Amino acid sequence: MISIKGLRKKFGELEVLKGIDLEVNKGEVVVVIGPSGSGKTTLLRCLNILEVPTAGSITLDGHMADFSKRVAKKEIDYFRSETGMVFQNYNLFPHKTALENVMEGPVIVKKEAKDVARKKAENLLNKVGLGDKFDFYPFQLSGGQQQRVGIARALALEPKVMLFDEPTSALDPELVGEVLQVMKDLANEGMTMVVVTHEMRFAQDAADEVIFMDNGKVIERNKPSELFINPKEERTRQFLNLIS
Amino acid sequence: MKMSSTNIFADPEKAQRLIEIAQSSLWPLLEGALYYTIPLTFISFFFGIILAVLTALARISTSKPLQIIARIYVSAIRGTPLLVQLFILFFGLPTIGIVIDPFPAAVFGFSLNVGAYASEVIRASILSIPKGQWEAAHTIGMNYYQTLRRIILPQATRVSIPPLSNTFISLVKDTSLASLILVTEMFRRAQEIASANYEYLLLYIEAAIIYWIICFILSLIQDRIEHRLDRYVAK
Repeated sequence: MISIKGLRKKFGELEVLKGIDLEVNKGEVVVVIGPSGSGKTTLLRCLNILEVPTAGSITLDGHMADFSKRVAKKEIDYFRSETGMVFQNYNLFPHKTALENVMEGPVIVKKEAKDVARKKAENLLNKVGLGDKFDFYPFQLSGGQQQRVGIARALALEPKVMLFDEPTSALDPELVGEVLQVMKDLANEGMTMVVVTHEMRFAQDAADEVIFMDNGKVIERNKPSELFINPKEERTRQFLNLIS
Repeated sequence: MKMSSTNIFADPEKAQRLIEIAQSSLWPLLEGALYYTIPLTFISFFFGIILAVLTALARISTSKPLQIIARIYVSAIRGTPLLVQLFILFFGLPTIGIVIDPFPAAVFGFSLNVGAYASEVIRASILSIPKGQWEAAHTIGMNYYQTLRRIILPQATRVSIPPLSNTFISLVKDTSLASLILVTEMFRRAQEIASANYEYLLLYIEAAIIYWIICFILSLIQDRIEHRLDRYVAK
């Protein structure tokens, strides 16, 4: 589904990604862990070209974007339309209700009829457990509820891949569970997901593969059962000791 | 100080005369307000805001030439007196064959002014919207124009209502300068009436009160708009 080759990203002189190679298969849940500054969020943001990589290529469902050349706008549009993004701070549109947030993409970008989009948005909000919050503005919702709207908003465009950028990091501890549950349900339905998170429990329960990044490189990748219990690299072991 | 001739408290006949003048001048003044002051304000503000949004977008665009044009425009308008601008348009341009009637000349001048001042307000309001809003819109596939129109500007509007109301209310009062390029707006009416009957104090205060009432009504409208736009903000 996704194939990343030799991906590099520089911010000025600082090289944040130093040549990443990665494959994500259809239906796979890949969790990316690592210390802050390791480049994991940048990697995720390169996958929908919110950050334009400096070098390398990403192939998404057969479409390749080659970053040694200037990326065509059409290519960016394709990557954006086939990926859904969930942000750490939700980034809901504050002037729109939960339902309007979810309907915005289908109606404005995909030009779907309003009543069709509304029906779909209602189903999605029901699915993430917010069937009674259609007309609430973001400020009237808890962090966990806002993040679930964020997930529904991304799903409304029927993406092939869902990207999660530390989706629970801004949440109060008691609200983390409800968001992770929605993500687990998605994983069980076969959604392809790339998740940057510090929730090791989620990685253990839901991930097909865990990737440990440090200093702009993939240090180790393995099944969660292996990587958490029996890490091969010293750097991975140190990190896991620090957070457990 | 010689008070005797003007002390209305000591002279009931004089008081009577002033009341009559106040009454008879009220309609001409209101006419000036309704036909000139208020239309001049609204039309100029309308074009000014369009100009201001375009200028603000040019300022925050990545195009260097657009940025420079916008900067020069704002700098030139803010750096020169409004009265001088109006005189250039109305008395200056005819010497090179461009003759503009008083009212359109005033609309042109005031629009340019609002455009420059309000562009700074709008630019700041747009920049005050978190970057995450642009990103979220991009990730659901919205392009620059869609993001601006549906996500950024509605939020920026809320932020910019108080400072733009200032601009609007200033504009109501600034239209009195149009009297100097022969627009028969309210203040010019007051001058004309006063020069016939010499009751300058009365006429100017009467005009001042009408300006005040217009501005008071406008600030009530501002309150309503702010209240309406605050519906999605936590209090």
